[in-house]
Amino acid sequence: MKTFLRIVAGLALVGVVALLAFIFVPVQRTQPAEALAADWEPAEGQGEYVLHASDCVACHTSDDGESLAGGRAIASPMGTIWSTNITPDPETGIGDWSYADFRAAMIDGLEPDGTHLYPAMPYENYRLMTEEDIRALYEYIMTEVEPVSNEVQETELSFPFNLRFGIRAWNWLALTHGPGFTPADGPELQQRGQYLVEGPGHCAACHSPRSVFMSQDGVTADEDSFLAGGVIDGWNAPALRGDGTDLAKWSVGELAAYLATGRNAHSTANGEMGLVVEHSLQKLTDEDNLAMAAFLKGIDGDAVDLPESFATAAGAIEVPAADSAGSGTTEMLASADPDMPLGARLYMDNCVGCHFATGKGAPEIFPELQGNSMVVGSETMPLISVILNGAEVPSTAKRPMALRMQGYADRMSDDEVAELVTWLRGAWGNDASAVTAADVATVREADHGH
Amino acid sequence: MARQEKKKDVVIVGLGWTGSIAGIELAQEGLDIVALERGHDQNTVPNFEYPQQIDELKYGVRLKMMQKPSQQTVTVRRNGDETALPYRQLGSFLPGNGVGGAGTHWNGLNWRPQEVEMRLRSYVEETFGADIIPEGMNLGDYPVSYDELEPFFTQFEKVAGISGYAGNLNGEIREGGNPFEGWRSEDFPMPPMPTTYDSSKFRDAATAMGYHPFPASAGIASTSYVNPYGMQMGPCNFCGFCERYGCYQYSKSSPQTTILGALKRYPNFEYRTQSEVLRVELAEDGQTATGVTYWDEAAQEEVFQPADIVILSSYQLNNVHLMLLSGLGEAYDPLTGEGTLGKNYAYQMNGGISMFFRDEEFNPFVGHGANGICIDDFSISQNDFGAEGFIGGSYWRSGTFNGQPIRNMPLPAGTPSWGAGWKQAIGENYGHAMSIGSHGSHMAYANNHLDLDPTYTDRHGRPLMRMTFNWQDNDLKMNQFMKSKMEPLAASMNPDSMRSGFKGEGAEYDVRPYQTTHNTGGHIMSENAREGAVNRYCQSWKAHNVFAMGAGNFVQNTQYNPTGLVGGLAYHTVNAIRTQYLSNPRPLV
Repeated sequence: MKTFLRIVAGLALVGVVALLAFIFVPVQRTQPAEALAADWEPAEGQGEYVLHASDCVACHTSDDGESLAGGRAIASPMGTIWSTNITPDPETGIGDWSYADFRAAMIDGLEPDGTHLYPAMPYENYRLMTEEDIRALYEYIMTEVEPVSNEVQETELSFPFNLRFGIRAWNWLALTHGPGFTPADGPELQQRGQYLVEGPGHCAACHSPRSVFMSQDGVTADEDSFLAGGVIDGWNAPALRGDGTDLAKWSVGELAAYLATGRNAHSTANGEMGLVVEHSLQKLTDEDNLAMAAFLKGIDGDAVDLPESFATAAGAIEVPAADSAGSGTTEMLASADPDMPLGARLYMDNCVGCHFATGKGAPEIFPELQGNSMVVGSETMPLISVILNGAEVPSTAKRPMALRMQGYADRMSDDEVAELVTWLRGAWGNDASAVTAADVATVREADHGH
Repeated sequence: MARQEKKKDVVIVGLGWTGSIAGIELAQEGLDIVALERGHDQNTVPNFEYPQQIDELKYGVRLKMMQKPSQQTVTVRRNGDETALPYRQLGSFLPGNGVGGAGTHWNGLNWRPQEVEMRLRSYVEETFGADIIPEGMNLGDYPVSYDELEPFFTQFEKVAGISGYAGNLNGEIREGGNPFEGWRSEDFPMPPMPTTYDSSKFRDAATAMGYHPFPASAGIASTSYVNPYGMQMGPCNFCGFCERYGCYQYSKSSPQTTILGALKRYPNFEYRTQSEVLRVELAEDGQTATGVTYWDEAAQEEVFQPADIVILSSYQLNNVHLMLLSGLGEAYDPLTGEGTLGKNYAYQMNGGISMFFRDEEFNPFVGHGANGICIDDFSISQNDFGAEGFIGGSYWRSGTFNGQPIRNMPLPAGTPSWGAGWKQAIGENYGHAMSIGSHGSHMAYANNHLDLDPTYTDRHGRPLMRMTFNWQDNDLKMNQFMKSKMEPLAASMNPDSMRSGFKGEGAEYDVRPYQTTHNTGGHIMSENAREGAVNRYCQSWKAHNVFAMGAGNFVQNTQYNPTGLVGGLAYHTVNAIRTQYLSNPRPLV
C-alpha cells in the first residue's frame, strides 16, 4: 500500500512538474534549415507583394481604421479575437520586433515574450512560406509601412480558452508539417500556385475542414482532406476539389477570373471571399492568379487547360439558356400561373429580373442560382443574409464596377424569405433542405454585415 | 473673398457622359483632375434600386431625377417681340441633375448622324442648289467629317455598350440592317434586342410597302457585356422603366454602368458634388482661362478652382449659359448675325400616329426605351428637298417603351378626357394600342437663339439665359410630309382607328407639354472664329484651354437622338487633347 501511495505521489509530482514545465518553460522557436545570407535583400516590391498575397490587410485593418493598425473583430468559436496592430509603431505595433521575433510569429505562432498567438493568425499556413518571403515581408513592414499608434482591444476569451499556454499542446497536434514549402511534382506554374495556395494565401484556413481540436484538417496538398470544404463564421467555404463542386464546372480561366475580379461566368464572391478578392487577390499578377487556378484544377491529377488570358474586356457574352435539370422550373415560372407556389411567386416579383427564369443569371454580373454553392450550402445564413441585406462585389482592377445587389429586408417578411429560400434550394434541380421563418429571424436580428 | 483650392491640371464642369469620358481619358494621361458636379452623387444601388425606382408618380410625373427650376432654369419666348418668362415648371425639355446627368435618365437611343448630315450645307448646294435654302436658315457644315469621326463613334459605342445590327459594314450593305446609315468599321458591340409584337407588326407592314426596316440602335444591353474599361452591363429584362428613371438592372448604358467605377479608381481623379460652377475665369489678356469659380453648397461659399485646362461638360443649356456669363466669345445678335454664343439653338421636330386594335394585345409594359423597329426611308439622305420643299428628314420607329398608366394611355380621337366615358375608354383601349413615331431633324435659324435675360436672375444673382425659339415653316413642312407618308403605312395595318399627331403650318412652340430633351447648338463648331464658338476639336476660339463638350456643338440638329454624336465628338476632342494639345498647349486650329 505504501509503495502504491509512493508511486501515486511520485506520479503526481512528475505531473505537477510537467505541468509547470508545460506552462513556464519557454517554447523553443523553430530555426530555419538554412539562414539567409547576411547580405540578402528582397527584390523591389517583393515585401509588399507578399503582404498582398498573405492578405494581412483584411484581418489587421478595422472597417474605418488605418491599414494594418489592427482592431478588427474576428469571430471564432471560442469568442471574439481582436486583430493586432502590425504597423511598426514601437508602443502599440511591432516596431521593436526583431526579424527573429517576426519569424517566430509567422512560423511558431509566438509573440516575442513567448506568449502563444491564437491560431486565428494562420501560422499553420504561413510556416509553409519561404524564408525569403517572410524576410521580405518583415523588411517591408518595418521600412515602408507608416507607424500608426493604435492601442487595440485585448482579446479576452472565456475560460478555458483564455489560458494561452494550452495552445502549446494544440500546436503539437496542429503543427505536424513544415516549416518551409515542399512542391509536388508537376509544372512550375502549378508549383507556384501550390505555394500561394498553401502558404501565403492560407486557403486551407477556411476551405479545409477542421479537426475535433479545431486545427486545420488538411494543410498541404498531399492530404486528401486539403481544401475539402469548411465552415467559417456561418459561411460555407466550399470544397475546392472533387466532383460536384463549383470548381469542377469552372474552367481554369473562369477560376482565375473569379480570384482576380470576384466574378466570372457563373458566380460572384460575397462575404469573406469578397474581402479576400478586395484586399488580396486582385492585387496579384495575372500569372499568379492563373497559377493558383491551374494548381486547384489539377489538384486531383486532372489535365489542366491553360487559357492565354482571362478577364479581358470581353465584349458581348451570351446569356445561357435553361439546361435539362432546370427546364421544368423555367417552364413553370414562364407559365406565370398564379397558382404557382409562394416561393416561386416571390422569385418572380423580386429576383427574376436579374437571375432570370432559367436560374442561370447572366455571365459576369448576375450569379447563377442553379447549383450555386451558397444557395444549396449546408449553411443557410449567407443566402438569407444576401436576400435581406444585399451583397456587394468589390471594385477590382480588371473589373472596376462595384456590383451591388440591394437587400429586401423591408420588402419581405421572415415567412416570405423562408418560402423564397426554401423554394430556391429546390429549384432547377437544386436539392437542399428547407429553412424556417425562425432561421430568417435569427439572421435578421444578427444583422450580419455581409 | 472666395476660398481657393489647390490648382489642378484639369477641371471638369459636370460629371455626366462627356465629363466622365474626359475624366477617364485624361486620367490615363496621369493628369491631376477634379470634376465639379452641381447635383448629388448617385449609383445604381442604392439610388436606382428596385423596386423604389419604378415609381411613375415620383420619377415619371414629379421628375425626381431632374433639375429643379428653382435651382436653375431659362426664360422662354417665341420671338423678339415677346417678353421671355421663366420656365418655372418643367415641360418641353427635362435637364437632369446629379452624377451621370442625362446619361442616367435617357431612353438609350444611340444613333450616328448620316454622312450627309455632317456636311449638310455643301450637300444641299451640290445636290439641289443654294437657292432652295430658305431665308433666315443658318444652314451649315460641321467642320469635321463623318469619316474623321467614325473611329470615335465606334469607340463610344464600345464603351457605352450599344446593341444593334450594322446595315453598312465598311461599305457593304447588309440585309436586316439600316442600308442608309453611315459606314461602320465594326458591327455593334452587342446583337440587337429582341423584338416586341408591335415592332414586328410594323416591320411586316414596312416590308410590304417596300421600305427597309431594321432594329433600333440601343444603349440597352441585349447580353452580358464588358466594355474596354472592364465595366459591365447585364441583359435588359424589358421592365419598361428607362426614360426619366435610372436603371436598376445595370442594363442601360450610363456613366454609372460604363465609366464611373473605373474612373473612381484613378488616384489622380477626384470629384466634388453639390458644387455648381458659376463662371469660367479668364486671364487678364483674355486668351486663356485660369480656372472656374463654383458655389460650394455644403460650405455655402464661392470657391476658386485654378486649372490649366477647363472642360465644359454640363448640359447644353448650362454650357452656353456659362460661356455667355464668362465672356468666352461674343453673344450672337440675330439682327446682324454677328457674335457666336447662343447661335443656332435648335431642337427636334417630332410626330406620330397611335393605332388602336380592339382584338390585339400589345402588353405595352414589356418594353424598353430604345425598343423598336425603325425605317430610314424618309431620312435626310433619302428625301428630295427640291421636290418636297423642305430641308430635313426623320427616322421612324415603332416599339413599346413603357406601359406606365399615368402618362402612357393612348386613347382614340374623340374620347372624353375625364369621367365615365374616359374610364370606359381606358378599359377598352389599354394594351390595345401601338404607335409609330417620326423623329425629325431641326434646322438652325437666325431667329432661334440663346442670350442672357435682361430681367430675371438666378439664386446666385446671375442673369438667367433666355431662349428665343419657335417652329419654322421648313421643319413643319417636313413634319407634314412625314404625316402624308406615315398614314398610308398605318392604314395598311388595318387598325380599328388611328390618331395622328403632327404639328402643321402655323404651329407655335408650346413649352408646357413634354417634347424632347434634345436641345442643341449655342456654342457651335465652326471652321473659323467668326461663325462659331469652338473649332473642330470643340476648343474655344476665345480661350484655347477651354473645351466645350456636348450637343451645344451641333451646327444644326440632326434627325437622330443626339447622344451618339455627342459621344463621338467627346472622344474626338479628348483624343486631340491627348495627342496634340498636352505636349504643346495652343489653339489647335
